[in-house]
Amino acid sequence: MKTLFNSGHTACAGCGQSMAARLVIDAAGPNTIVVNNTGCLEVFSTKYPETAWGVPWIHSLFENAAAVASGVESALKYLGKKDTVNVIAQAGDGGTADIGLQALSGMLERGHDVLYVCYDNEAYMNTGVQRSGLTPFDTNTTTSPIGTQSMGNIRPKKPMPEIANAHGIPYVATASVAFPQDIQRKVKKALKLKGPKYMQIHVPCPLGWRHETNLTMQVAKFAVETGLYPLIEYEFGVLSGKRQITPKPVEEYLKIQGRFKHLLNKPEELKKIQESADNNIKKYGLRIETQAATGQQGGG
Amino acid sequence: MRELLEGSYAVAEIIKRCKPGVISAYPITPQTHIVEGLAQIVANGELNAQCVNVESEHSAASVVLGASATGIRTFTATSSQGLFYMAEVVFNIAGLRLPVVMTVAARAISAPINIWNDHQDVVSLRDAGWIQLHAEDVQEAVDLHLIAYRIGEDKSIMLPVMVVMDGFILTHGVETVDMPEQAQVDKFLPSYKPLYKLDVENPMTLGPLVDPDYYMETRYAIEETHKDVLKLIPKVLAEFAKVFGRTSNGLIEEYKIKDAERVIVAMGSVCGTIKEVVDESRAKGKKVGLLRVISYRPFPAQQIYEALKNVPKVGVIDRALSLGSVAPLASEVKATFFGKAKKPKTVSSFVVGLGGRDITKDSIKEIFRLLTGKEKAGEFIDLKPELLKESFDPVDRGQGHPDRLKGVEG
Repeated sequence: MKTLFNSGHTACAGCGQSMAARLVIDAAGPNTIVVNNTGCLEVFSTKYPETAWGVPWIHSLFENAAAVASGVESALKYLGKKDTVNVIAQAGDGGTADIGLQALSGMLERGHDVLYVCYDNEAYMNTGVQRSGLTPFDTNTTTSPIGTQSMGNIRPKKPMPEIANAHGIPYVATASVAFPQDIQRKVKKALKLKGPKYMQIHVPCPLGWRHETNLTMQVAKFAVETGLYPLIEYEFGVLSGKRQITPKPVEEYLKIQGRFKHLLNKPEELKKIQESADNNIKKYGLRIETQAATGQQGGG
Repeated sequence: MRELLEGSYAVAEIIKRCKPGVISAYPITPQTHIVEGLAQIVANGELNAQCVNVESEHSAASVVLGASATGIRTFTATSSQGLFYMAEVVFNIAGLRLPVVMTVAARAISAPINIWNDHQDVVSLRDAGWIQLHAEDVQEAVDLHLIAYRIGEDKSIMLPVMVVMDGFILTHGVETVDMPEQAQVDKFLPSYKPLYKLDVENPMTLGPLVDPDYYMETRYAIEETHKDVLKLIPKVLAEFAKVFGRTSNGLIEEYKIKDAERVIVAMGSVCGTIKEVVDESRAKGKKVGLLRVISYRPFPAQQIYEALKNVPKVGVIDRALSLGSVAPLASEVKATFFGKAKKPKTVSSFVVGLGGRDITKDSIKEIFRLLTGKEKAGEFIDLKPELLKESFDPVDRGQGHPDRLKGVEG
């Protein structure tokens, strides 16, 4: 199959990000300029003198893809080409929610016609699995290690989709590499809308999450099906789409990953994580309503 | 046309004539009037450009980086902390070989916070790969922006250029300026046609990961290009003189140094004061002179050497420090004489006018007087002895104290 993100790059086996990146650019098509923050994707796809990218692509720094993309978009406007060329800025979770948050907020607030894609693998994988603002509660990472005084990361994920949505932009969506057609549908939908768009795609990292490389899709799917990673869409601030689920217990998702292994005999910690999944299910109305389930909604 | 203009608005007017397609900046004193001027020019429909009002200097530099990579002419401006905040992007722009032009209203660096002029900001970024040109007055600041675009965008160069104006002294000073006509500018500065850009018709990967097998050559290429800039500047200035009817010096300016016994080396607006002192001293028969460095990067070491090799006493004025070592300009001027048979007897170093302290004619006269004696190493001029005790006090160190506030009683 012809793709704009060619094979031969150096991503790890089972890398969720490389699959999602290909889905995104192939949905966007050749009339697209990509601006990439520093991170795994940049490193494994552009080792000089080779490149995996079949579209014009630029990398500047770790935190400035949103600002560089603002410049690209402004230049295209000046040249009268904006209507025919898409601009995608993309980064990992640290490049988005931590070091790149200011530049991203500026881009969203100023109204640039750019689709920003965050590939969320829930830690700084390129530097060796350090926790980021999008690392989930109780995750064992190299900078939130477990120990006698620690159960791992002390805070839940920063609510990036809500933060993006609070900027009053036309489109915000979460997606998962486990649902490829959904990713492509959302990219196409986003690019039809003028203005800033934010997409956050859940992409397992077998190395950092410590799961088997052939389980990437399953791990990603379970994150959605437990309610821990809700797939939602906001259009002009209104919740307009959600993938409904018949919730699995969170243990199903946690037990296949080394980063959560320490929780399996800790019922009180599992309870907290189950509660956060339940809160998501309630907040976004994720549970598929069946006759048997009616009346039990929100009960977890 | 000759007009009475504030320095910042004069820069805005010349940038208008250079026609950048994207302008992006973040407010910082004393740079603000430049971008305010441009914002008004765009608002009035006098310039077709996208003004991107960003949330930080880091993003200002990133926006012009992205726009320049898309193949258009760009402009930004900053000062002091703003330049430091964008520092990693500044290096990045040079590494990507993008001919961005930036005005820097040179200003002191915090702490303590100080909004007034010295050169610590720009001198600290001397290694970024940018061409760095220092203006003496507003007219030169105007001219150097034209020269900046012309040189930076030259296909053999492709490097960003910083035009340095002393904060407040030049940005807020009002001078009569011979503002170039649009037709003259168009003749001197053709529209920008990049060799490479982000283009969906011809996809390229800019800014890839470059490993040890390839990295060094990219840095070597910039180093060699700076040598080419040294050769190109005089050629471009000859052309400038033809179009605009005035000469501009480009690399260095030699002011009455042919027979001089004592010469001061300096950059920026202080050179105006030095020229006055030189003229007055010459009238009294004293053989003194000035060597003004215009191009700080590339550093015209050979030209400086040739100009000073027969001068017995040289004194270098720095308006910045390399704390813990020799002041930056003095260090580089001294290095030009290393290993040479013919050279000055003494090359003294003076630190002057930090954080906007006035450099008066008396300050300059004092430096010329000190040049008659032994070589000075990093001599601070115009220090206030009465403040030194406080600055050295381990507890006080110039901190504020509420009990010193002379408030209104009641």
